[in-house]
Amino acid sequence: MKILYGMQKPDEGTIAVAGNQVSFSSPADAIARGIGMVHQHFMLADNLTVLENVVLGSEKLHGIGGGARKKIREISDRYGLGVRPDALVEDLGVADRQRVEILKVLFRGATTLILDEPTAVLVPQEVDALFANLRELKSEGLSVIFISHKLGEVLSVADEITVIRRGTTVGTAVPSETTPRQLAEMMVGSELPTPETAESTVTDKAVLQVEGLTVYASGGASVGWEEEPAGEGLTEFAGGGDAKRVLDDVTFTIHAGEVMGIAGVEGNGQTELIDALIGTKHAHSGAIHFLGEDITPWPTRKRRESGVGYIPEDRHRQGLLLEAPLWENRILGHVTEAPNAKGFWLNPKGAQADTRRIVEEYDVRTPGIDVTAASLSGGNQQKLIVGREMSHNPKFLIAAHPTRGVDVGAQAQIWDRIREARREGLAVLLISADLDELIGLSDTLRVIYNGRLVADADPATITPEELGSAMTGAASGHLEHGEAPQTAETTEEAAGPEDEAR
Amino acid sequence: MKKFDKDRVLVAVAGPVIALVAAILLTSVVLIASGKNPFEPYGLMLEQVGYSDVQVLIINQASLYYIAALGVALGFRMNLFNIGVDGQYRLGAMMTAVVGAHVALPSFLQIPMLLLVGALTGAFWAGIAGVLKVTRGVSEVVATIMLNAIATSLIGYLTLRDNFGVLVGDNVTTGVMKKSGWVPGIDLGEDVGEIYGLVFLAVALGIGYWLVLNRTRFGFDLRATGESETAAAASGVSAKRMVLTAMLISGAVAGISGLPLLLGDAHTYSLSFPAGLGFTAIGIALLGRNNPGGIALAALLWAFLDKASPALDYATPVAYDKEIATIMQGLIVFAVVISYEAVRQWGLRRQQKRVGAELAAAAAQNTQKKEVAV
Repeated sequence: MKILYGMQKPDEGTIAVAGNQVSFSSPADAIARGIGMVHQHFMLADNLTVLENVVLGSEKLHGIGGGARKKIREISDRYGLGVRPDALVEDLGVADRQRVEILKVLFRGATTLILDEPTAVLVPQEVDALFANLRELKSEGLSVIFISHKLGEVLSVADEITVIRRGTTVGTAVPSETTPRQLAEMMVGSELPTPETAESTVTDKAVLQVEGLTVYASGGASVGWEEEPAGEGLTEFAGGGDAKRVLDDVTFTIHAGEVMGIAGVEGNGQTELIDALIGTKHAHSGAIHFLGEDITPWPTRKRRESGVGYIPEDRHRQGLLLEAPLWENRILGHVTEAPNAKGFWLNPKGAQADTRRIVEEYDVRTPGIDVTAASLSGGNQQKLIVGREMSHNPKFLIAAHPTRGVDVGAQAQIWDRIREARREGLAVLLISADLDELIGLSDTLRVIYNGRLVADADPATITPEELGSAMTGAASGHLEHGEAPQTAETTEEAAGPEDEAR
Repeated sequence: MKKFDKDRVLVAVAGPVIALVAAILLTSVVLIASGKNPFEPYGLMLEQVGYSDVQVLIINQASLYYIAALGVALGFRMNLFNIGVDGQYRLGAMMTAVVGAHVALPSFLQIPMLLLVGALTGAFWAGIAGVLKVTRGVSEVVATIMLNAIATSLIGYLTLRDNFGVLVGDNVTTGVMKKSGWVPGIDLGEDVGEIYGLVFLAVALGIGYWLVLNRTRFGFDLRATGESETAAAASGVSAKRMVLTAMLISGAVAGISGLPLLLGDAHTYSLSFPAGLGFTAIGIALLGRNNPGGIALAALLWAFLDKASPALDYATPVAYDKEIATIMQGLIVFAVVISYEAVRQWGLRRQQKRVGAELAAAAAQNTQKKEVAV
């Protein structure tokens, strides 16, 4: 995607536009060839009007005044976008902003549009409207590349589907002849060794209880909203209105010795769930109880000190200081705890000694503990993180994609560690895109779709295919016969935190 | 492991050395372009270092630079750009001078009290920018630049003769401070001059800076925030509190950066107080790589360029313009920014390759052993 839009150069291979081989060294080249991109995070200046945003950077095309305004109206009418050139962008909703982005691309004369996860921020009605726009564009002879994790949407809007997994094309499909299940199979693949959890170690001691957890999307996404420095608070006031609920009334309980797996296509609320549990994002309603205590208002540090371990989904952004030595990375996240600190002071000796132990026990392949984290391979970085989190005897572990981008050997080791800790009474929330991992490691399974836990399943009997179709929102409730259905659907309980502390 | 330590030293030293060499070469180009001898000025300036009175001037000047640069570096370590060090320094010095002229406690109380006044004033001024950033998301760069301008006006207002201003000769001052607030220096004789007593404060601050950053939990959080905001947040650092605290400390340090001069020599704040110290400090913090030792060397180098260059004007047989030193300072800042980034990336890549090579070698050995065993 970045290569297509000229943001990155390919190492090998060629791109042909309308039969001509081309090479792009910048987005400007791509635009000149008629390729335009609508980014997942909008690139709009809030305090300018639609007109100003559209002409910004392409003032030469139609001027910045009447000519441009006329052109915008023309494009807007032709494709039924309904964009008002003189509206202020900050007054527009998310869907309107997206249409402005599309118009911006068309204004520059694009004939091929790349849409990166365009529906991630939209509510269903807006998605339908977007698809109507896209069909309009299609009928006018434009090409659209629609990148999405959501199988149902891809199937409904695309004429041809290409499935990419781990950087390679695994196949193409025609939507009319494909079911979501087949597509899910292609996406997930099944060549990996299957992790298997032998006997159940689930106890009846509840470690983590989540009730009616609801988080709203930070509305009006614009440039860099994700990078907003103060993670908590600043993006919080977007609630109300018709803001999208990225987590909607989520309720579950994890017991000591239990691994609860969350299956779901990425972008259905997993990130928000993790953020809410670790405390980098605050719940708008609902309550989180940890070992009987209400930790909903606790800051991240207090949660981690009290025994919440965290294997983040993006280890480079959240799990490591890439340019710091390994032993400083071992301190990260546990700076207040032994052996890293003695009271107010750091204890570098203790941390270094313990890093050596982790390197030894977890087989982190490194020449020493003074090298930077960036110089290790992904698998070894991940082993270091797992080692670090396990070293503090967590009572509850959030494991988000614990083996993503990790080689097969390291994967098996990480699974072993999680199983070992589970035997000793650790409660684990496992979030993964790898269905085999989920089924093999979990004691209970839930499916998250559109911010809601829509289904539950018994990992002993379910197949990846069945799980895959539930991930598309096709199935809900309990997915297997037998056992009494657990209350995955908690709608009857409504929101409103219930005090169930014991 | 030793090898890696050597590597790190190499990477650490390569940046400044490349920058300095490049700056000297470019300065020589300027000299050639203006038809002057491209090397003689350096000799003339180095000669100055031999005179003890110049040495004293350099050390005194460097102490001011050093403290101010520590203030800047503290912000840099967590990706906060406190351009307002200049305003915080001037306001801190002025408030201290005013308090010192009106309050007379015994010396052992007066001096700590004055230091506190300077620190609190600086912290307050920087804190405004901190609060704005935390509550309203205002960029600290913009806020502190504006606060610099406001500080200028505020000082102008407070030094009006209706307020705290006292006319001494042609100069508006804040009045001479009470004797108990004067910090005695080390007198090296009539011709040589006096080293400010608060030079030792600068040294202590440097040690404190290192201790806090490298040996405390707070320092770790601060550095983690600077290296990766997202990782720091996930590890439990409250970004807001960190921004505010760092801003306050940075401002407090900046607020006392003028005090070695004020309490050691000037004893009053006037319009002739050195201006632009805070901006110079930014360059010094950059050159010193935010490392207390590096900053000390950079501060000394800067002070040397400042204090040795006037001699160029009086050089015989050919006089040079003392502005050569200014050109050089500017070029150093440029070269530093470019060479550090280049060296940093080179160092990272070099280490990655090393680690890869060593692991490959280790793996090869293992397989060989196995083969032998089979």
